Amino acid sequence: MYVASTRRTSAPPGDARPSRVPTTVLLLGTVSLLTDISAEMVTAYLPFYVVFSLQMSYLQLGLLDGIYIGATAVLRLVGGHVADRVGRHKAVAVVGYGLSAATKLAFTPIGASAAGLGGLIAVDRAGKGLRTAPRDALISLVTPADRLGAAFGAHRAMDTVGAMIGPLSTFAVLTWLTTRPGPIFVISFCFGLLGLIVLVFFVRQPRRERVPGRTVTPRDTLRLLRNRRMRRTTVAAGLLGLATISDAFVFVILQKVSGVSTEWLVLMPVGTAVTFLLAAAPLGRLADRVGRWAMFFAGHVVLFVVYLLLLGPFTGVPLALITVALHGLYYAATDGVLMAHGSTLVPEHLRAGGLSIVQTGQALARFGSSVCFGLLLQQLAFTASVLIAIGALGAALVGVFLLIRPEVSR
Amino acid sequence: MNWFARHRIAAGVAAIVLVVAAAVWYVVATVRDQRAVAHQPGAAVAGGLTFVDNAGGQNLVSELAPDGTRTTGTLKCLRVYTAGGTTVCLRMALPGGYEAAVFDAAGKELRTVALPGTPSRARVSASGKIVSWTVFVTGDSYLAPGGFSTRTGVLDLRSGELVESLETFATTIDGVPDERADENYWGVTVAADDRTFYATLGSGSTTWLVKGDLAAKTMATVRQSAECPSLSPDETRVAYKKRGGRLGGWQLFVLDLATGRETVLPGSDGVDDQAAWLTPATLAYAKTPRDGAPAIYESPADGAAEPRVLVTGASSPSP
Repeated sequence: MYVASTRRTSAPPGDARPSRVPTTVLLLGTVSLLTDISAEMVTAYLPFYVVFSLQMSYLQLGLLDGIYIGATAVLRLVGGHVADRVGRHKAVAVVGYGLSAATKLAFTPIGASAAGLGGLIAVDRAGKGLRTAPRDALISLVTPADRLGAAFGAHRAMDTVGAMIGPLSTFAVLTWLTTRPGPIFVISFCFGLLGLIVLVFFVRQPRRERVPGRTVTPRDTLRLLRNRRMRRTTVAAGLLGLATISDAFVFVILQKVSGVSTEWLVLMPVGTAVTFLLAAAPLGRLADRVGRWAMFFAGHVVLFVVYLLLLGPFTGVPLALITVALHGLYYAATDGVLMAHGSTLVPEHLRAGGLSIVQTGQALARFGSSVCFGLLLQQLAFTASVLIAIGALGAALVGVFLLIRPEVSR
Repeated sequence: MNWFARHRIAAGVAAIVLVVAAAVWYVVATVRDQRAVAHQPGAAVAGGLTFVDNAGGQNLVSELAPDGTRTTGTLKCLRVYTAGGTTVCLRMALPGGYEAAVFDAAGKELRTVALPGTPSRARVSASGKIVSWTVFVTGDSYLAPGGFSTRTGVLDLRSGELVESLETFATTIDGVPDERADENYWGVTVAADDRTFYATLGSGSTTWLVKGDLAAKTMATVRQSAECPSLSPDETRVAYKKRGGRLGGWQLFVLDLATGRETVLPGSDGVDDQAAWLTPATLAYAKTPRDGAPAIYESPADGAAEPRVLVTGASSPSP
């Protein structure tokens, strides 16, 4: 369905170039779709598993989460660098996807051990950290530069489809088949394995020009930051990330401000995901035409509007619907688009390492902001906290506008 | 390597078929096998016990007669509680949510309420008129992403009024009106007047036992470090869980409301449940022992003896 729609809409009349998204991107999208089913099945199941199957305290898991974000960030840099160094992005991605898939089989033997569960989740995240940069580098290496936005948009849309199927599969199994943990983990493992099979058997590592006589060193990757456009992009993405409050907070505040029933808390992430997956590809294509940085910036302006709406200019279901839709648009305009933009700044032989720097900066900044915002909410009322978020994002937008505008147009 | 290059598509398709076939075989085998398990007998218990069976993989609500005879019902719940002819069942509701279903003594469904998260506690007042529950809302912690917070709902079957979250009540902490956003409530227990209740308030790293008024929609803190209270049928005592040390696990305590004397229940270390009063002298709670399956224990409320196992592979005890 996806290939057809890209074909139809992205080839303007008179444009003779074939304009479909490369097959490798669609295959990588399939890998991500299957892997996300696998991952989200377990994510949706864990609260249930911990509380009802293991009869453990929920707190024990909550405390473990979030600690790994730092480690994941470091591994992204490692994964990116190693992929460049050995020149085999696919091999590094296989290790990352394989690691995550393998953890699904270890849940049952480990049982009700908080440390063991924490360790497994850490390994799963490590796999995710390792594979992200090489995977994105592969997408960028097989896609012509003028279609990067469309390619990343297509990939992110497929990825999100998987993220939505995962929880549905878990609930279907729990409701209709069994509440025993075995089948959930085995089914999740099998989806992970299917993703791995598609990657190993169907995706081909593109040939790339090696820089003759030299291996890529960590210094080469770090030196990318000497490039002014690369440096400013990383700093700008980080600045905007620092002013981003996590989805969970947005939904909690939105539910309270809009006054809709608490059951909306379950629906809001779904609404954001649906908008994201519908808009990711079209906005990616649009970004190819109007400029990827401009689209990334515009996405954060949309987020700014989301924060303004959290003040509750009106209430009820309309506020909830509009805010959730805009929140999904923000993701569609920024998530893949930043990688598409980053791909144009980094030479091919440093692509994975370069992309990992941009990703890591943004991820660490978002984590920092979410912790700070959490601390704020412990002390302040919602309105005051939202006003601070609005102020921070407004300041970041102005700063980034002044910083980036003359340097990076595309 | 050469072979791989030539046959990679065929090999990939074959691998996919194998994986799918193995998964289907495994799931079918597990689902078939589970029906045979989970009929270990229980112990005799005064007044009987309603609980959720966890061993059979279907979470069927089961009952233990006073002589220990076990019967399995048809209702599937994650948490169940029965009192005064009313049963509340917290259960899954496709396509990905949870709901609280309320039944009368004849098993007729009176009402269902969609829940905003994973079920944790369920209670019905002795008269059967007030139903309450607590759920975890994932990814909603105020401190770290991926943490949790709670929502506690109260349903009054007389008026049909639903309080979606106790956070809407006015709370005073140690006499000071509370304004902060970071407050979580869990574990409600309602008195015989169907108006007075106890619950837990958590904020930051502190928990309080709060006493509230459902009609006035107010709560005030009673004491610190007491979670998931359970009011005794004679309303002279409250059982709750409390952390042993700074990082220690929970133990169950019984507080005498008149004297303020706190008694620890021996053998309750590591408990994470809202205890249920089976009689004015005994409490039941679910606990997973280290290296073991979850089980329901019964303990004398005066802390005079070690607990005994009522039934294994089970949770959510209710009189």
